[in-house]
Amino acid sequence: MATTIERPSTPEGGAPQPPQRDYTRGRERPVGGFELWMWLFMRISGIMLLVLALGHTLIMHLPAGGVDRVDFGFVAARWGSPFWRTWDWMLLTLALIHGINGLRNITLDYVRKPGVRFAMNMVFYVLGFVLFVLGSVIVVTFDPTDWPPVA
Amino acid sequence: MATRLRKKQKDDFGSPYLGHEGQWSWIFHRITGVAVILFLFAHVVDTAVIGWGPEAYDRVTEAYKNPAVHVLELGLVLAVLFHSINGMKITLIDFFPSLAGHIKVVGRTSAAIFLVSAIAVTAIMGKQILDLL
Repeated sequence: MATTIERPSTPEGGAPQPPQRDYTRGRERPVGGFELWMWLFMRISGIMLLVLALGHTLIMHLPAGGVDRVDFGFVAARWGSPFWRTWDWMLLTLALIHGINGLRNITLDYVRKPGVRFAMNMVFYVLGFVLFVLGSVIVVTFDPTDWPPVA
Repeated sequence: MATRLRKKQKDDFGSPYLGHEGQWSWIFHRITGVAVILFLFAHVVDTAVIGWGPEAYDRVTEAYKNPAVHVLELGLVLAVLFHSINGMKITLIDFFPSLAGHIKVVGRTSAAIFLVSAIAVTAIMGKQILDLL
């Protein structure tokens, strides 16, 4: 846990120095409860997203053709495999929770008025939930044979 | 330590981030994180359009196929790359707190890994964008 020590003034008697921290004992971290669980979630999901999100990004954007390859047939072929459907659903779920908790942390830092902060966070939660339901329904129920093959 | 801080006094108060290198990775982590979650909101919706059939979905994916969007796309990939690498740095330091005592080495290694991979990604994607022109 980082310890903040009091600001010493300069020997010349100038302006006080910025606070110094003792970095040798690690960074600050929530002491317990919900915030500590979210702290842990951000790090565990971050490790999983290193594979899921960075992997997805590199696979979709770097090979020749990049995202220009993506059309209905591309997704139909890709989601023909339960492996990619599972990958995409896990990516959807973890990235939404990770990202929305990130937005919540930012509002806690910058939005001081409790009402505004509450309203902003509720917008994020509702939006996240709606997108989670929408994305989950599509990734689970999508069936390319619902449409006649394009000639 | 005290001598060093006196020398850096001007920097310390000239920058909103107190002159510590880690503050720059901190602010970039926030900016890239917000950029990626905002894109994710749009991306879930554009992918969901596939549930309305090939005609609707192909109209959406056509919108991504132009050079200006490809430049934004490069920015997105670089944002994901930075957030991933810097996030792993944070996680390593938090799970192995003794690394915090070597923050300068850890931070610069992380920045170097990002720079090298960012150059590689920019070269690959930049060539593809130029080939489209």
